[in-house]
Amino acid sequence: DSTPRRAAAAAGKMSSGSGSRNTEPWGSFDDNLIQGGGSAVIDMENMDDTSGSSFEDMGEMHQRMKEEEEVAAEAAATEDDVADDGEFLGMKGLKGQLGRQVADEVWQAGKRQASKAFNLYANIDILRPYFDVEPVQVRNRLIESLIPVRMINFPQKIAGELYGPLMLVFTLVAILLHGMKTSGTVIREGTLMGTAIGTCFGYWLGVSAFIYFLAYLVNAQITMLQMLSLLGYGLFGPCIVLLVTYNIHFHFLFYGLWLLLGGLSTLRMVAALLSRTVGQTPRLLLCGTMALLHMLFLLYLHFNYHTIVEGLLDSLEGHNMAPMQRVARDVPEVTLNATARNPGMLLSTH
Amino acid sequence: MAASEEASRPFAGLSDVSISEDIPVEGDISVPVGPSRRDDEFSTLDEPVKDTIMRDLRAVGNKFIHVLYPKRSSALLRDWDLWGPLLLCVTLALLLQGGAADHEDQGGPQFAEVFVIVWFGSIIITLNSKLLGGTISFFQSLCVLGYCIMPLTVAMVVCRIVLLVSSGGIIFAVRLVVVMASFGWSTFASTAFLADSQPPNRKALVVYPVFLFYFVIAWMVLTYSP
Repeated sequence: DSTPRRAAAAAGKMSSGSGSRNTEPWGSFDDNLIQGGGSAVIDMENMDDTSGSSFEDMGEMHQRMKEEEEVAAEAAATEDDVADDGEFLGMKGLKGQLGRQVADEVWQAGKRQASKAFNLYANIDILRPYFDVEPVQVRNRLIESLIPVRMINFPQKIAGELYGPLMLVFTLVAILLHGMKTSGTVIREGTLMGTAIGTCFGYWLGVSAFIYFLAYLVNAQITMLQMLSLLGYGLFGPCIVLLVTYNIHFHFLFYGLWLLLGGLSTLRMVAALLSRTVGQTPRLLLCGTMALLHMLFLLYLHFNYHTIVEGLLDSLEGHNMAPMQRVARDVPEVTLNATARNPGMLLSTH
Repeated sequence: MAASEEASRPFAGLSDVSISEDIPVEGDISVPVGPSRRDDEFSTLDEPVKDTIMRDLRAVGNKFIHVLYPKRSSALLRDWDLWGPLLLCVTLALLLQGGAADHEDQGGPQFAEVFVIVWFGSIIITLNSKLLGGTISFFQSLCVLGYCIMPLTVAMVVCRIVLLVSSGGIIFAVRLVVVMASFGWSTFASTAFLADSQPPNRKALVVYPVFLFYFVIAWMVLTYSP
């Protein structure tokens, strides 16, 4: 009596396959209800079948079935064409057939591309494990990113998670945008938004990839995911420093915070890298590069958007009064005083 | 042995099954879908154009009211549309653009920038909520986030009107209060609509990007100067 049940399961599978098409991203609320109805069938099927199929399996199976059908239909069609054209139409028919085949292929390729792009949305499940965190975990990791661990004999644990890093990068983008606006930065051939996003994501992805490449060369035990997570959480210190110093313009405050918070987050990353590398030279190479890049990045972000100070200095020295009046509108009192008092130090830093 | 063979050819056994003649071997194997859609009940083909437009406008206006008085209902989610968000986004961008277009320098926020922040930001928030395990569809979330910009657009209008009168310390304080209030309102309203679709232990993780998104927009509104 197992065969009818299996047939029923297959029927359920097929119908649920067609049902899963309803869960398109722009499905309205009603469609979700339909999906709810379909899930009952799948549950039944799960009881019967031990393959442990889930929605993704359904989708895949459905997709494969459809593709197979298409291929079969295509083959049949071409066979028919060959038979017909070869017998009745001769050379002219062959040309037409060739054209049709090319057009068909182009059409198929286009359709495959489109369906792949569409399936990207369904493939969001692939990324889901990296976002599997609790708020408490994120908070703890943020705090830990400022606490260097001195244990370097045994590989330190690095969480492979992307929620925190991604949010920190977006926070940094927002802070940078704020800094650009308040300092009156003008970017030709581009927007502030694009520059901020490009800088932050470029640093995060680029430096991660570079350090990962170096780590691969010196045989360090770290994966790309861990590298992304480590560097991403390492941006927490710079975020705080920039948030404070874009609003309070004391240079000594910046240097203090730069050394303290920037240094702590850098030390934390360096310690984690040290514990996963063996040998003196590899350690020096990897950690030196990492520390240099991370500290310089913070310095760059701070001073690149203080160009206004330089402009102000020029206008104070020269007789060009118009730019100063235009610029001085947005400058807080503190910057003016700090600039006037120690121009020598500023000159040396730029 | 027989079992394994049967497993390798799952439908082989079907040929042996005998079914008596009087039992019909056909039926509907599709999933029962419940009552038919509402669209079938009335036809929109032969109604005046005015009715159609008025119905859509009424739906948009209804959602505006829902944002102004956020209570936990699914009305904003059930029939999503992107007309309201488009309207609000264009209005906000035009208002922010207004002053900056006359200046030579590019310090002011540009139309494209506002547009990109609003749409790119909502897409990021939506993807984030999907990744965290939310059960809301893509465009539903876009719709909610777009409609919830309304308090900030209102704040922008107020700021423009106030700045027409004069500009000074007191005026800045007024603008600050208005913008902060509308920022809180936006965040609260969107959270009220979106929170139900999220797993309860992760609400904070979903709310943070929403907070950041409205904070950036609120900050742009606040720092606007003609």
